Order: sequence, then C-alpha cells, then structure tokens
Amino acid sequence: MTSMRTLELALATPSVDASGRAVRAPLRAGPTPTMNDGGDFGAEHMLVNIGPQHPATHGVLRLVVELEGETVKRVIPHIGYLHSGFEKLGEYRHYNQIIPLTDRTDYLSPMANNVGLALAAEKLMGISITERCSVLRVIACELSRVISHLVWLGTTGIDLGAFTPFLWSFYERERVYNLQESWTGARLTTSLTRIGGMMADVPEGFEEGLRDFCRTFPNTLREVDTMFTRNAIWIGRTQGVGYLSADEAINYSLSGPMLRASGVAYDVRKDRPYLGYETYDFDVPIGEHGDIYDRYRVRLEEMFQSVRILDQALDRLQKLKGAPVNVADPRVILPPKSRAMGDMEAMIFHFKQVMEGVNAPVGEAYLGIENPKGELGYYFVSDGTAKPVRWRIRPPSFINLAALPKMCEGVLLSDVIAINASVDIVMGEIDR
Amino acid sequence: MTVSSPSAAALTAAFGAAIERHLVSCGDPIVYVANARAHDVLAWLQTTPGQEFNYLTDITAVDYRDPGRPLEVVYQLRSLDRKADLRIKIALDTGRPLVVDSVYDLWRGADWLEREVFDMFGVSFTGHPDLRRILMWETYNEGFPLRKEFPLRGHYNRAEQTRQALAANPEAHYSVEELTIAEAFQELPPDVRERLSHGERGFVK
Repeated sequence: MTSMRTLELALATPSVDASGRAVRAPLRAGPTPTMNDGGDFGAEHMLVNIGPQHPATHGVLRLVVELEGETVKRVIPHIGYLHSGFEKLGEYRHYNQIIPLTDRTDYLSPMANNVGLALAAEKLMGISITERCSVLRVIACELSRVISHLVWLGTTGIDLGAFTPFLWSFYERERVYNLQESWTGARLTTSLTRIGGMMADVPEGFEEGLRDFCRTFPNTLREVDTMFTRNAIWIGRTQGVGYLSADEAINYSLSGPMLRASGVAYDVRKDRPYLGYETYDFDVPIGEHGDIYDRYRVRLEEMFQSVRILDQALDRLQKLKGAPVNVADPRVILPPKSRAMGDMEAMIFHFKQVMEGVNAPVGEAYLGIENPKGELGYYFVSDGTAKPVRWRIRPPSFINLAALPKMCEGVLLSDVIAINASVDIVMGEIDR
Repeated sequence: MTVSSPSAAALTAAFGAAIERHLVSCGDPIVYVANARAHDVLAWLQTTPGQEFNYLTDITAVDYRDPGRPLEVVYQLRSLDRKADLRIKIALDTGRPLVVDSVYDLWRGADWLEREVFDMFGVSFTGHPDLRRILMWETYNEGFPLRKEFPLRGHYNRAEQTRQALAANPEAHYSVEELTIAEAFQELPPDVRERLSHGERGFVK
C-alpha cells in the first residue's frame, strides 16, 4: 500500500492580525497513517522537535526540524522562553542601575557587557574616562572573551562527542572565574563598571594571578589544537558543514567570529576602535570557508590573541600604578564614603546621585563593542532625564541565530546540532 | 563631532523632500526619511557607489514618553568598507496605522529584527514573509510591551493573571504543527479536539 502520510502540515505558520492576536489555520490532517505499512518512506516528511529542554540546544531554544529521510528540509527556531523584558526594565532605571541587567543578558561574558553599557552611556553623556580605567576595561573584555570562547569550545566538543577538551576548557575557565571573583566579588553578576569609571580597582595579587594565567593558558590551547585541528572525526563533522559565503554573512547581518569565519575582515576593535584598542598589537583571525571548522579555528586563534592583549594590558597597568580609575566628576562618580559622611558637599552629591541619578543630555547614542559572540550594541535615547527613553540591546547571538535556518538547508539531522553549536548562542541574550 | 554626514547631503540631492531633516547626536549622523520613500532610500544607500551601506546593524523602534511625539522606526546602517555608520529614522504619523515597508528583500538579517519590532511595538512590515510574534508567545493578547502606554507589570493584576492561567487551555501551548501531528495520529483527546475546533486558544476570557 502506498502511504501518502505527508501530513497536510500547517507549516506555513499562521500570521497575527493587527491587534496582535494569532490568526489560526484550521487543523487538517492527511489520510490516517498506518504505522507498519513498510511502504515508500521517501515521499514522507517528518517533523522532529528538538528542545526547548535539550542539552544540545544550549539553553531553552526549540527547533522544529522538517526532515525528508535524514535530510533537513527546513528548520524553524522558536525563541522567547527566557524573555525577561530587560529593555523595558531599563526605561525605569537610572543609567547606573541598568548595569546589573547587562550581567544577565549574555551571562557567559558579563564583564564585557558591563563595559559596553558604560561606554554607551558615557558616549551619550560626553564623558571621557581615565587611562587606567581603559586598561582595566580592556582586561575585563578580553577575560570575558576567553571564558566565553572556552564555554563554546567545551560544549561544542561535547555536542560532537569529544569530552576531554570540555574538562580542560572548564578547568581554565575556573581559573579566570577565580580572578573575576577576586576582582568583582561575583562569578556571574559582576556589575563591574560604573558610568565614568569602575566599581573597583583590581585587588592585590590579581596582576600576578593574571600573569600566571597568561603564561600557562596557551599550553592548554595548544593541547586543544593538537586534539581537534587535525582530528579526522572533528574535520569530518565540521568541514563544509553550515557553510555561509561572505556575501551571505553580510546579508544576514552576522557579526563576530561567525562573520570573520566567512572571510569578512570586520572586527569592531580594529574598525571602530574603542578603549584604545588601536594601540594594542594583535591580529584578527579570518576564515575562508565559512563552515564550522573555520569558526572553530577563528575562535581558537582569538583566544591566543586575547592572551597577547592581556599581556600588553598588564604592562600598561603596571606603568599606571596609582593613577586614578574614576573620572573626577562628582556628578557621575560617588564620592568616597568617608567624605560623604563628613563633608557637606560630598554628602549632597552622594544624595543627588542616589536619589535622582545622573541626567543625560537630550540626544541618542549607539555604541557597538566586539563581544565574544559578535557585535554587542547599546542604543540609548535620552529626553534629558536620569532614565533613558529607550534602551536597546543589539544582541549578537539573536541576529546570528536568525541565519540558522539558512545554514541548515539540506544538511543531515546530526549536523543541525553541530551548526547550532557553532553559532555560539546564549539564550539570556537572545530572549532578553 | 557636529559635522553632518556626507551621506545626508547626497540623500537630499537624490530624494529631495523625502529627506525630512538630518542632524548629528553624540557624533552619530541621523537622517529622518518620509515613510513612503523609506524603502527606496535604504535600497539606494545599500547599492549606490560612494554610499555602500551594505551591512544592516540593527532595526529597532523608539516610543517617546511625550504622547504627542510619533513612534520612530530606526535603522542602523554601516558600510563595512568605508567604516561609516548612518542612522535612518522613520517617524510614523500618530493616529495612522503603524505600517512600514519591509527591508527583508534587501537584507535577510531584517527577518527577526522586524519580527521583534512587530512583537514589541506593533509596527507592521509590508512584504515581510513571516511576520509573527517572536519573543512573546503567539496567543499573547495584552498588546505590545515596549509601547509607553504598556505598564511595566502588564495590563492585568496578579489575581487576574492567576485566573487566566488557571482557565487557559494547556493544549494551546503546543504549536499548530504539533497539534496537527497529534490530530493526524488520532491522539488528541476528544475534549481537547472539541475545544480546539471552536477556535479556542490561549486564554479563556
């Protein structure tokens, strides 16, 4: 018996009317299937649901995969399970109070998010930060890049069946987390920056610890390189899979390692420098094939380059020993507690900042930084009050994930897992 | 810092009155474009030699606290080769339906960005192939969360939220695809099929 089990699937997902209510297509089913007909399976499409609770979806991502045999015809991602309304919350908070919200968006690189937010607010307010503060923020950004890429490396290895590099990368990540904890007091909710400065200077022993990390960490990376780069299984699973050309990568607005693996030499640190990145000596790795393997190579090399930047930043930090971290502007930086308790003027500034916040001038500013996942942009619109009218996050992994259906056309089901891993998503940022 | 972008002058020369005004804020050049010509302007910026804004950084919208001020749709453009940024804004007339032309045909990256603006602000994008909510669920019926008239904690109080959650049709959390499969395999319970056949989804008012 010939099975025509191709369900009349309402895959052309119904639209939403002007009032926001879903317009539903009526439920329709094809002829009743017989499970054991053993007939022609070639004509049949199957739907496989992956997630939202699945280790390989790296969070609460749900993928509905339409299969013909084992070949993927279409992937439909469903997101929003972690939506927290951060952008709305930001409109009800002072600029400094938004910083804790950024910890929780891309929770694999909280320090870099803090830096991006402070930079965007400073651009809006026209504040230029001190030299030591810039160096500290560069260290925060590059440490974040290292830990985020290490999570990516470990989990992608696991997705493709390699367990050992996961243990190595999480061991190294733990060392960075210890440094981060000694600096900020937190492993995840760092809230490291303040408008016009930092929450704290690095503690005693931090620089030695970071020097030690920079010296030994490349050894682990070289071991990973030995394990993966010429590994036949790794190459077989990653080369030529999830391919995007340079034009496609630009057309899909990809950023970060996803864009560079496709051969587009665009790095915000080089092309729109912030924090004095133009004065550091580092290279931007570029892929040429735009497949998973090139994304792996780009991210691995970026970690080596981050260590180079960290080394230079540590040298500068030593030269700037004792230099001020925060700007000398009592409008934005809280006076020391000892002065606030004894000096009338300092107490007034303290009171005004805590109760009223900092009034930003009327205007708007967009600032993008090179986060581990791609270009993280913050867009502020101010009407002259202490709270923004609009706080927009340009989420890199949200935009990168939007290219997933394109990358998955015609691949095998097992490759969907690999391609999804190669995007390096973090759901806290996608759903915000 | 206050030098206006050369693109603004070129745009005015090419499109005349469709370029409503241009300004610079915090060093970022901003050009206001009439809604009717916005798609032409963006296409022109993407391909014209000397402009080559080939990269769509972001699409978002801004709803101002001043209720008389129109909602704005914002496009962040970038030229990767020229390393230049440009922000195009469309001010949508108050009292008219919030509709703009989709730029999906110019940049595929606009797909999810436009869906998010639709989801959060209720702006419809003509020509978008799959315009539906993205972060909120499909049956969400409280409106558009990032509009200023939307209260921070939502339209319903806690008691009402609880009532709606208890009265909700749990099968509505399944997508149409899943329900179709269950229906085809005759695995939908009769009462659920009965409720779904009446078009019941999500909340029961």
